[in-house]
Amino acid sequence: MKTDSPFLELADDAPRVRVWFDGQPLDLPAGANLAAALLAAGVQVFRHTPVSGAPRAPFCMMGACFECLVETGGRVQQACMLEVEEGMKIARPHEAEANDAAL
Amino acid sequence: MEADYAVIGGGVVGLSVAWGLLRRGKRVTVLDGDDGSFRASRGNFGLVWVQSKGMKQPRYASWSQQSAEAWAGFAAELEDGTGRSVGLQQNGGYDLHFSEETLYATVAQYDALKDKLGGNYPYEVLGRNALSREEPHIGPKVAGAILHHQDGHANPLRLLVSLADDVRRLGGTVLNGKTVTEVSKPDAFKVQCSDGTVVTAAKVVLSAGLGAMELGPKLGFKAPVRPQRGQVLITEKLPKLINRPSLIARQVDEGGIQIGATNEEVGLDDSVTQPGLSGLAAEAIAAYPALARAQLVRSWGALRILSPDGLPIYQESPEMPGAYLVTCHSGITLAAAHALFLPDWLEGTAAAPDLEVFSEDRFPVS
Repeated sequence: MKTDSPFLELADDAPRVRVWFDGQPLDLPAGANLAAALLAAGVQVFRHTPVSGAPRAPFCMMGACFECLVETGGRVQQACMLEVEEGMKIARPHEAEANDAAL
Repeated sequence: MEADYAVIGGGVVGLSVAWGLLRRGKRVTVLDGDDGSFRASRGNFGLVWVQSKGMKQPRYASWSQQSAEAWAGFAAELEDGTGRSVGLQQNGGYDLHFSEETLYATVAQYDALKDKLGGNYPYEVLGRNALSREEPHIGPKVAGAILHHQDGHANPLRLLVSLADDVRRLGGTVLNGKTVTEVSKPDAFKVQCSDGTVVTAAKVVLSAGLGAMELGPKLGFKAPVRPQRGQVLITEKLPKLINRPSLIARQVDEGGIQIGATNEEVGLDDSVTQPGLSGLAAEAIAAYPALARAQLVRSWGALRILSPDGLPIYQESPEMPGAYLVTCHSGITLAAAHALFLPDWLEGTAAAPDLEVFSEDRFPVS
């Protein structure tokens, strides 16, 4: 799946692997920076803030700002500090809990 | 003379006093330190706290209560002046206990203090079930809590910024990056800084935190203050997990959970240690097990300013009348009292609060 993205992907020979973001399948370059790969794949909202619900996406791309948080492997982590791995299931952090609370 | 008051120290204590003086039409110059200074105002836990204070000195309990009671009005005035919130919440706070034994030992002490305060000490004891209703995420290891209705918390960094802004808006001068080296009183006070800056003023307030260790004796104070380190942690911003603050953890207005704090006698060392942080994390997880899954984003250490008995010091210099030492451990809790009541004491008006028990007379001559 390739949606419109303002980001250009550099030529990359890495094989594509299937991951899921928010339940949607994406084929991303294996070993690529996860935050960059998600942006290039057209993901614009990585999460919503817990207090006001405002949308957020990567800002610093170097592990400092914590804007690119996603939930994967049962933990909330900085997408810019992770590499794309086959089969990753990536969710917007804390949205499952928020939905539980809404019920 | 440039100023009615020179305030040495531009943290929450100094700025609160400066703000209160400006509000009464005084001309005030604040001399703030630099990034190398130990700045408790930038590292603290942000509680506006009454319970457990003044167990041996009821006047300290009542002074904290007066400040807590005045805090809402103080915050509202600051918010009017700056257009920004300081995140004050005063819906009560907990002393969490992991055993009924320590819980009821503390209750007995509170009962005794309540008598000395004429009954004004509104707390209740919550057993496990009652506490679980108030705090659904509380862990099974918590035996119960004391809920004190006069407790609360604020955002201490927003308070510091708002005070600094509003002091300027009210016409005060704040000089940053200054290290005061000498204070003399040839006629008016002459405050000299290491970079050659000289400020003259009719009165001087020394509210420099640990800076009083060196400057205090030069102005004729005993200033027996020492550093005590507190390490703290803060998590990623989380959905609502904790309703009321405790000494173990509080969820700040921005969503992060601040976990505190160690009490360490290590001198002028504000670094963090792995055992210190691990211990804090373990205790916080025992209180709120969901925190085991939370990501930590920062840890830091800061130095408390403690007198030998832990109480504030309010003292006019016997050698240099017109110079006042104002120092305390709980600069956030006491910010409202320092802003609204201390100016009467500095000005010697009929409305001055009785601060006799906080004088340096209580310390032996060293």
